[in-house]
Amino acid sequence: MTRSSLLGQRALALGIGMASIAVSLLLTALIILAVGASPLEVFNKVTEGIGLTPTGLDMVRFSGVVNFWIPLMFVCTGLLVTFTAGLWNIGVEGQMMFGAVCATWVAQEVFLPTVVQVPLEMLAAALGGAFWAALTGLLKTRGGVHEIFGGVAMNNLANIFSIYLISGPWGNQGGQATPPFRQETLLLPMSSEFRVSAVALILMAVVFGGIFLALSGTRWGLELKAQGHSQRSALLLGVPVERNVLLAMALCGFMAGLAGSVRVLFTYGNLRPLVSGGIGFLGLLVVLLTGTRALWAPPIAFFFAAILGGSTRLKIALQLDQSLAGVVQGILVLMVILANGVRGRLRGRHPAQAPEPSASLEAEEAAIHG
Amino acid sequence: MSVEVRHIHKTFGAVHANDDISLTFADGRIYGILGENGAGKSTLMKILSGFYLADSGQILIDGRLVHYDTPRGAIEVGIGMLAQDPLDVGPLTVLENFVYGQPVGPLPDWQAARRRFAELAERLGFRLEPDMPVERLSIGQRQELEIIRLLALGVRVLILDEPTTGISAEQKSVLFASLQRLAREDGLTILFVSHKLEDVLELCDEVAVLRLGRLVGTAVMPVTTGELVAMMFGQALAPPSRRAATPGDTVLEVQDLFMASERVVMRDCQVCVRAGEVVGLAGLDGSGQQLLTRACVGLARPLGGRVLINGVDMTGRPYRDFLAAGVSFGAAGRLEEGLVAGLTLAEHFILTDAGQGWWIDRERGRQIAEERIAHYRIMGRPDSPIETLSGGNQQRVLMALIPPAPRLLVLEHPTRGLDVESARWIWEQILARCAAGTAVMFTSADLDELVTYSDRILVFYAGQVTEVPDARSVTVDELGHLIGGQRVGEEAGR
Ligand SMILES: Nc1ncnc2c1ncn2[C@@H]1O[C@H](COP(=O)(O)OP(=O)(O)O)[C@@H](O)[C@H]1O
Ligand SMILES: [Mg+2]
Repeated sequence: MTRSSLLGQRALALGIGMASIAVSLLLTALIILAVGASPLEVFNKVTEGIGLTPTGLDMVRFSGVVNFWIPLMFVCTGLLVTFTAGLWNIGVEGQMMFGAVCATWVAQEVFLPTVVQVPLEMLAAALGGAFWAALTGLLKTRGGVHEIFGGVAMNNLANIFSIYLISGPWGNQGGQATPPFRQETLLLPMSSEFRVSAVALILMAVVFGGIFLALSGTRWGLELKAQGHSQRSALLLGVPVERNVLLAMALCGFMAGLAGSVRVLFTYGNLRPLVSGGIGFLGLLVVLLTGTRALWAPPIAFFFAAILGGSTRLKIALQLDQSLAGVVQGILVLMVILANGVRGRLRGRHPAQAPEPSASLEAEEAAIHG
Repeated sequence: MSVEVRHIHKTFGAVHANDDISLTFADGRIYGILGENGAGKSTLMKILSGFYLADSGQILIDGRLVHYDTPRGAIEVGIGMLAQDPLDVGPLTVLENFVYGQPVGPLPDWQAARRRFAELAERLGFRLEPDMPVERLSIGQRQELEIIRLLALGVRVLILDEPTTGISAEQKSVLFASLQRLAREDGLTILFVSHKLEDVLELCDEVAVLRLGRLVGTAVMPVTTGELVAMMFGQALAPPSRRAATPGDTVLEVQDLFMASERVVMRDCQVCVRAGEVVGLAGLDGSGQQLLTRACVGLARPLGGRVLINGVDMTGRPYRDFLAAGVSFGAAGRLEEGLVAGLTLAEHFILTDAGQGWWIDRERGRQIAEERIAHYRIMGRPDSPIETLSGGNQQRVLMALIPPAPRLLVLEHPTRGLDVESARWIWEQILARCAAGTAVMFTSADLDELVTYSDRILVFYAGQVTEVPDARSVTVDELGHLIGGQRVGEEAGR
């Protein structure tokens, strides 16, 4: 292939990417018009919602976006691990919820100085999430249950369990939530302006950096990549496939648990039903879009956080349902997937094999390890 | 329908896969496209069948210039190809596959389709069960299905890329008979791609030989093997010499093995392989050889009996324990079992390199990859994705991944799909390890290979295992009869 045709392909790819964004904006505008509002107005409210005002950045609102972004990034970080290993960790929501439950238990039952108390809560959440994920992993490796089915079941279990706790042993607000936690057990904002937990933010950055390095630089990361592409071949090359499935699941659960702890210890200050708030599923979406290009995860996750954060303003200002954000999200994802498809078609007659997690080998694996 | 290609060029990066190829194919004739692995045969055929677009050059049908750039476009002008690797179609049945491969409306006429299918199958002598799920078919049966499908689409030029790879001798003769009928009676043009001389000699009317992307010659049959080999490699190859072995201690011992698959039940299988010995496993596909090889490397669990490696009972232990005990395994499917599509050459060597710490030393990986590439004469770079290598080169990578001196080397079809020279070279590597004391056990559908390289041969027939009394003097013909179910000793009265 000549240099100029390579450049041409790059330009084409970029063009398609731009076009897909343009099309999704257009579609969104049409939908907004259809429900009887002005797209420009909506755009203004959304940017206002994330804190971008004509007079500058409104720190309080901007921190709202960051506070959504932090748990989302914990989840994405974990999902990068499972995605690389070819696993669809749908159970990430449940792992967040169970992590939140564990953090809540420590917050309610343990009385220690804050410097010990809060880390202990987060550790409990992380271990709880890891445990919950490992159960799904075990169901897969020992029981031959696909992680998607196992994950859905475990999500339900975690949800029911947390609702039981809230409405039963831990609740006193008519089943709506647990009582607020004591001040000493909470993660605290940096300032009254920028209401973001420094601990959570720094921990998130460290964890993301660590996982990025582990995936790109270590032998274990390469093993995960290998089994993500072909579990069978990886096994034959001597990769401990089964152990890695468990490890990857547990690690992802660990991150999800941390995300859950941020939700109870910072966002809400108590435990409520569905405390994960769909962040787990959103994380799956982000990782689906980035694929294994980990460095894309932070900006894309931030973008989603902004849309969601911004859209909460819509309801108040324009009487539009904030589920509009979900619609926008859906359109964007569709467009990106479509653009990938178009690009693949234009690239050549020989469609490259997409490195998607494969579901085909479980049965064989199960048969082998009987 | 006659087809002509004129001045076809196709490059992949630095590789000139087709370099100014001009050929004419007349109707009613069978053409052999011959050349060693990587010669550019598949590329030319993929251009003809619309999978690739040539960089330059023309395709003419009955003297008229045609343009198309999709397989569908090729089928519309009457050219259809059987891919080298059959497409996976999952849990559909044979008939569903046949129907959905046609341009049908939302409500296909199943009765008519069933009749049409049966008619075509009958005429070609294919025995395909219309309601069998496609995933249960053998490679040969999938080919038959694909041929029927293409014919129903009205294809007049049928291209087959390495169709004899991985099918049994029986299926091969059915295939050849049907191809001959299609050419002689229906006047189809058949392009038969192969690197196997004997197949081309047996079937084809004319032959075109490619080497390194160029057309090096054409010939009308009959020609001698020597002439073809000289064209393919630029020189004649000497037949490989047979070595004398003095086997050492028992490395692998299989006692009273009892295993079962969907197709076969194997009872009371006894095998013993000693250091420095090559034991060949002969038999039609699915006669139990694979059950044995898989049990001996920990990839299948026996229902009964024991597997001992160096006297240690390893029955039912996982694959990694076998690896640790010095067992190496090369499976039949390269990209399904052994190599990871999506990883580069260097990454494969990093994964299997015990000298790598938990933090990857990429430089070391690159160096090792370069050494192996040079030593194993692999056409590729350390950063080439493994799936871009040709089949022969992938096989070389598999060899390069096997440690230098395993205790036991278990190989399934080690040279399937390779040209004569590459196959010889692979065997040099295997025999070198053998001379260093490795015990070798291999399966093959190639009788020549079994007879040439085995010190002992075990014949599998419907799960029954019999040892050939004198493997060193058995002929291909005799072995063929044993594989077909004739018992040892019976061939004397033939
Ligand atoms: N899609 C591809 N991308 C890059 N290189 C390719 C591709 N297809 C074939 N090649 C290269 O072109 C050459 C010819 O390959 P091929 O036509 O498959 O040979 P053959 O079928 O004769 O074995 C080889 O060096 C191979 O590596
Ligand atoms: Mg080929």
